[in-house]
Amino acid sequence: MAPFIHFDQVTKSFGSLRVVDNLDLRVEKGEFLSLLGPSGSGKTTLLMMLAGFENPSQGSIRLDGTPIENMPSHRRNMGVVFQNYALFPHMTVAENVAFPLLMRGVGKAETVRQVTRALDMVRLGHLKERRPAQLSGGQQQRVALTRALVFEPTVVLMDEPLGALDKQLREHMQLELRDLHRKLGLTVIFVTHDQSEALTMSDRIALFNAGRIEQLDTPEGIYDRPRTRFVAEFIGETNLFEGVVRSVANGTAEVSVNPRVTLRAENPAGIAAGAPILISVRPERVHLQTEAGAGNAVPVTISDHVYQGDHVRTHLAGQDLSLVAKIERRAGIGPIGSAAFACFDPTECTLIEP
Amino acid sequence: MGPSARSRLSAMLLVAPLFAFLAIFFIWPLVTMMAVAVTDGTVRVVLPQTATAIASWDGQAVPSKAVQDALVADLRTPSEQLAFGDAVRRLNSEVSGFRTLLGRTVTAVRQAPAGQQVDLVALDPRWGENNFWLALQRSMPRYTDRNLLAAIDLKRDTAGAVVADVSANRTIMLRTFTISLMVTLLCAAIGLPYAMIAAASTGWVRNLLLLAVLLPLWTSLLVRTAAWVILLQNEGLINGFLTTIGIVDKPIQLIFNRTGVVIAMTHVLLPFMVLPIYSVLLGVPRNLMPAASSLGATQWRAFRHVLLPLTLPGLMSGSLLVFMVALGYYITPALIGGAEDQMISSVIAFFATGTANWGMAGALGLILLTVTIALYLVYGRLSRSPQMVGA
Repeated sequence: MAPFIHFDQVTKSFGSLRVVDNLDLRVEKGEFLSLLGPSGSGKTTLLMMLAGFENPSQGSIRLDGTPIENMPSHRRNMGVVFQNYALFPHMTVAENVAFPLLMRGVGKAETVRQVTRALDMVRLGHLKERRPAQLSGGQQQRVALTRALVFEPTVVLMDEPLGALDKQLREHMQLELRDLHRKLGLTVIFVTHDQSEALTMSDRIALFNAGRIEQLDTPEGIYDRPRTRFVAEFIGETNLFEGVVRSVANGTAEVSVNPRVTLRAENPAGIAAGAPILISVRPERVHLQTEAGAGNAVPVTISDHVYQGDHVRTHLAGQDLSLVAKIERRAGIGPIGSAAFACFDPTECTLIEP
Repeated sequence: MGPSARSRLSAMLLVAPLFAFLAIFFIWPLVTMMAVAVTDGTVRVVLPQTATAIASWDGQAVPSKAVQDALVADLRTPSEQLAFGDAVRRLNSEVSGFRTLLGRTVTAVRQAPAGQQVDLVALDPRWGENNFWLALQRSMPRYTDRNLLAAIDLKRDTAGAVVADVSANRTIMLRTFTISLMVTLLCAAIGLPYAMIAAASTGWVRNLLLLAVLLPLWTSLLVRTAAWVILLQNEGLINGFLTTIGIVDKPIQLIFNRTGVVIAMTHVLLPFMVLPIYSVLLGVPRNLMPAASSLGATQWRAFRHVLLPLTLPGLMSGSLLVFMVALGYYITPALIGGAEDQMISSVIAFFATGTANWGMAGALGLILLTVTIALYLVYGRLSRSPQMVGA
């Protein structure tokens, strides 16, 4: 079966700059897909091509198997939520939400009915007659969302829609959006540069870098099993060790990091001995113990503590390595300058080919 | 003095130069011109005793001996030649023949020995007619509406009723508004798309488009108008081009007629239309048109429902600006128009510098100002009413 949305070898160039580089992406119906990446990585351009505001320089975009790259944006039936909402300032909230229905020639009574129902759903029914400028950021956001959903679009595209909201409201809207997605069975493509937003809401995340997708995976996959150094460093925080695979046995690789330290890591990809490799370990997987255990254990000295409320970031140094550990407050931590073993299980180590 | 009072005082001192400037260069000349339009001191100054005496005359029979004596006394007193001439001209415009009557009377009165009674009716039988005395009485009051009435082609007849007068002021006033309206509409038709293209473009294209609008603004109006004379005349560039490529076989008349005036004025006033629209467009968020398109609007409907309503304030203020400035145009119609294209300013200039009739000049200015303010108020009411767009 053809995918619902298929970017087939799509390239977009502005002059000599390739913003989207020979990209292949398939989106399933009903999926919540986040396009995550630093600014300028091509994620917004991809969204604009899908909405019909930009044309691909090469390649084809297919919706349900039909190429749409030559279809004008007003016929694509895609609901777009813009970064700054793009509400029409001269229209009331109700007129804004009614706009797509007016454009589709929906009758007056039916329009009023649908607008009322849609605004009630986002609890804005009482603000119908206000102008966008008289609303708070969160309310404007909900109006923009309602306007993009009221005409039952085939796909909903969102371009950093929560970027302008403060942290608390943003987290609230994240949950609200996720609920709406589940309730209405929408296909959502969501552009963001905020990784926690992507991790919270998405079914899958496409991590962009320089016009290419570095990794397309579930939030768990992308966090726990980063495939490239860029992914490991972009998502969350990680300790990276460069080394060489010395031997491979029982799906576990022994990696020599420096003459004094050898670490073991799971090797599901079957990387052969002798290959240069990176090991990624998340700080929260590192424990401090007074004695070496069965897993990896590096003798270190505690060089700093940073109190973070729910945990303590501990900087460790020793054996020509430095690493960071996130330690729960309840676990007793020795004072700065004291010696300990930094322990982490081989199953918590991800091997990345450099 | 408390600190707040002192700070208020220093604030007042800071804006005082502005108020002084406004008072000296705006309010004072305006008030003076308005006052000149409604005051009528010329006859009164020359014949002060008559003014007092005739004020209570009922206008029925020939005035009493006292009034006649007052006039004789006034005429005996030598007055300044210029002021007397003004007074005579003023009286003659009320009733023709007053000039000769007064000339004769003055000569006779001044030749009579001092102290001797002069019988005016015996001197000239016209003094026995009421209408000369009525004219005298009518021109005595300090304030008059004759200039204002004359400005809109009206006058008072001998009985004091308002009747129509033969003059072209109304026609010229109407022509002024017609030409200004035509220029405004043309400026809107050209300026709106121009501003939209300028606002949508970037880099050197935008700079070039803006420069093309601003450069004429920095050039003298006279130079711009003279340039249009060169372009529009029968042997000019436009007619030369048209005949060369064979669209017309003989030059079309573009100068010394309405077409030329409207073309030149539209060009000269275009910046006042483009710049307000342009600045409004810069404030319109860039993503509104894509948003409308994504919501199902074709380009035309997105323009009509979103961009145009948002541009309307700029279009309105641009139109107002162009219209107001066009109303006062003088040089361009004078140089490019024919006799039938002169606007109200040239009539005002004629009265002010040609015949030194400041009263009429002021009255025409006052009428123009009144009509303009009325239009402005209507415009303000219209532009404040909410625009219902969308559902």
